[in-house]
Amino acid sequence: MNKNRRSLLSSPEPGSEGEEEDKQLGSNYDDITFTDYTLGQEELEKIENVLEDDLIRSGVHSVLLIDMAGNIIAQRDNGACDHDLYSLAALASANFAAVDTMAKIVGEEEFSLLFHKGENENIHFSKVNVEFLLITIFGKKVSLGLLRLKVAEAVDKINGVWKP
Amino acid sequence: MAFVNMKSKEVQAKIVYYGPGRGGKTTNLEFIYSKFRERIKSDMVSIKTHGDRTLFFDFLPFDIGKIMGYDVKIQLYTVPGQVKYDATRRLVLKGVDGMVFVADSQVEQRKKNVLSLKNLQENLAMYKKSIFKVPLVLQYNKRDLKKEGIPLLPTETLEKDLNSQLKVPSFAASAVSGENVVPTMKKIISLTMASLQNVLK
Repeated sequence: MNKNRRSLLSSPEPGSEGEEEDKQLGSNYDDITFTDYTLGQEELEKIENVLEDDLIRSGVHSVLLIDMAGNIIAQRDNGACDHDLYSLAALASANFAAVDTMAKIVGEEEFSLLFHKGENENIHFSKVNVEFLLITIFGKKVSLGLLRLKVAEAVDKINGVWKP
Repeated sequence: MAFVNMKSKEVQAKIVYYGPGRGGKTTNLEFIYSKFRERIKSDMVSIKTHGDRTLFFDFLPFDIGKIMGYDVKIQLYTVPGQVKYDATRRLVLKGVDGMVFVADSQVEQRKKNVLSLKNLQENLAMYKKSIFKVPLVLQYNKRDLKKEGIPLLPTETLEKDLNSQLKVPSFAASAVSGENVVPTMKKIISLTMASLQNVLK
């Protein structure tokens, strides 16, 4: 058994790929992230302004920009929310990934509307690009139609600030 | 991979507990959660089946305080260990910064440990990561079962089976009693932070 494992764990390809990746990451070390993407402070501020101006001012309770690994990139709320955002981000990214995989299984590229309706709060998911997801939490005062419009505008603007 | 926010001076890093089914991954997190209850502000999230088996993952955010001026938030995850859940297991590995492999010390689980480690290598490779490069700690769990008269593999055998090539830190542990659970976590956090340090300078 041990012998079997040895041969399996000593295949050289993944190691060399890792090295390449390290080199790529090395070139980004002087900037901000260790992720696949790089976001500067200025870009982050622009994105936060988009979240505030386009979504919070339209009556959205809370909005999160997260990456596909579940990290929170930017966040804004109306000051009256007390959600556990780190858990929410972890679950949202996993939920999105699961739904995305289900779409592929039934032969769809992706499902375009991801929305959960509750009695008082609703959650809307929108893919921004390959790295980012926009999670919007809103109540009864905002219609789904208006929200989708506002989210689409915000997504365009975020992509204008930063694209992978 | 970890997200470093220069603006709010915050680092979010993802550490995943991996290993064969019923090996004690969730129990590791549960012990950490109970031990550091007052420091962990949010609840532990578990997505599990009716039979208490992990269906998707467990999630435990852990604020470890400031390192080099950054607020470090460690996100602890487990994967479902059962073989059939490979698709969801893979999703949890996305963006991982550090790994703990929880092996089951029982003699009859010997083969499952090896298969699970091989599965980890394959799944990391899908994200173009090498098991030899990712910060990794091995944990030989369930040492407490020896008292119950259940045959366990000697740690030397586990080392030979799982760690002869990897040569990473390893701990004999009991997640149920908590023995070496915190040292395992501290070790993986320090290895993970060391690998991120270049970014934080």
